[in-house]
Amino acid sequence: MIPLSAYVAVSAILFVTGVVGVLVRRNFIIVLMSIEIMLNAANLNLVAFANHLQSLSGQVVALFVIAIAAGEAAVGLAIIIVVFRGKIATNVDQIDLLKW
Amino acid sequence: MLPVFFAYFALVSVVSGILTVALRNPVQCGIALLSLLGHIAGLFVLLNAEFLAAVQIIIYAGAILILYLFVLMMLNLKTEERYLHRRYAWYVLGVAVITVELMLMLLASNYAGVKGSATVEVVQQVGNSTAIGILMFSDYLLPFEIVGVFLLGAIVGAIVLTKNPTRADIERELS
Repeated sequence: MIPLSAYVAVSAILFVTGVVGVLVRRNFIIVLMSIEIMLNAANLNLVAFANHLQSLSGQVVALFVIAIAAGEAAVGLAIIIVVFRGKIATNVDQIDLLKW
Repeated sequence: MLPVFFAYFALVSVVSGILTVALRNPVQCGIALLSLLGHIAGLFVLLNAEFLAAVQIIIYAGAILILYLFVLMMLNLKTEERYLHRRYAWYVLGVAVITVELMLMLLASNYAGVKGSATVEVVQQVGNSTAIGILMFSDYLLPFEIVGVFLLGAIVGAIVLTKNPTRADIERELS
């Protein structure tokens, strides 16, 4: 039997990896991928606790998280396409249209 | 046998997560993310969440990641010479300190809690997906409906954002 803390540790490492990706990378698409890593870490945590506490609620909430991730990916990639079409670079530190 | 599978899935998912963040070429990052999603699905199977593992493969790897790869191929991004922020070392250092703190906190926790009624045997009698469906359409009906409206909004938002402006739109904009 694998202890719960092992799953939580894996999830924490993945979440921190995602945070580093959001902070460090310049490419907008990679930043979105890092957000997906963070959502996956949260999902892993939810499912691990659902298994530990013998309740299915965690799995249902994880399904909702997957749905939210799909919506976020669709809208985020649409924004990337709009920004790219306007001949603005796809690096997050160069997208500063709303800055004044 | 179970610890071997857990070690494999955990190790490979952590490594491919780090590769997703660290690789230079965006398409290679996408492939690393695919590996991460697949191995997380393996961890779900180890945690008795078979339905969620299937959903993870079908929706995450089959739909969301393909969307990312389509956009990457369509935009034809050059691989940048400088692909990290200028002050990235400080960010990594700060996050590393937080990670050590987090790990110490995790190891000190005892994870007590009230056990629910859905033990493995009870769930096995009806099957994992049936049990999740019953719960989702009874206790979690309102969140389910809200997610439906949210997805509709995301569809409309994505279409409106990427729609090409027609000539009539431009004239209305100018007048």
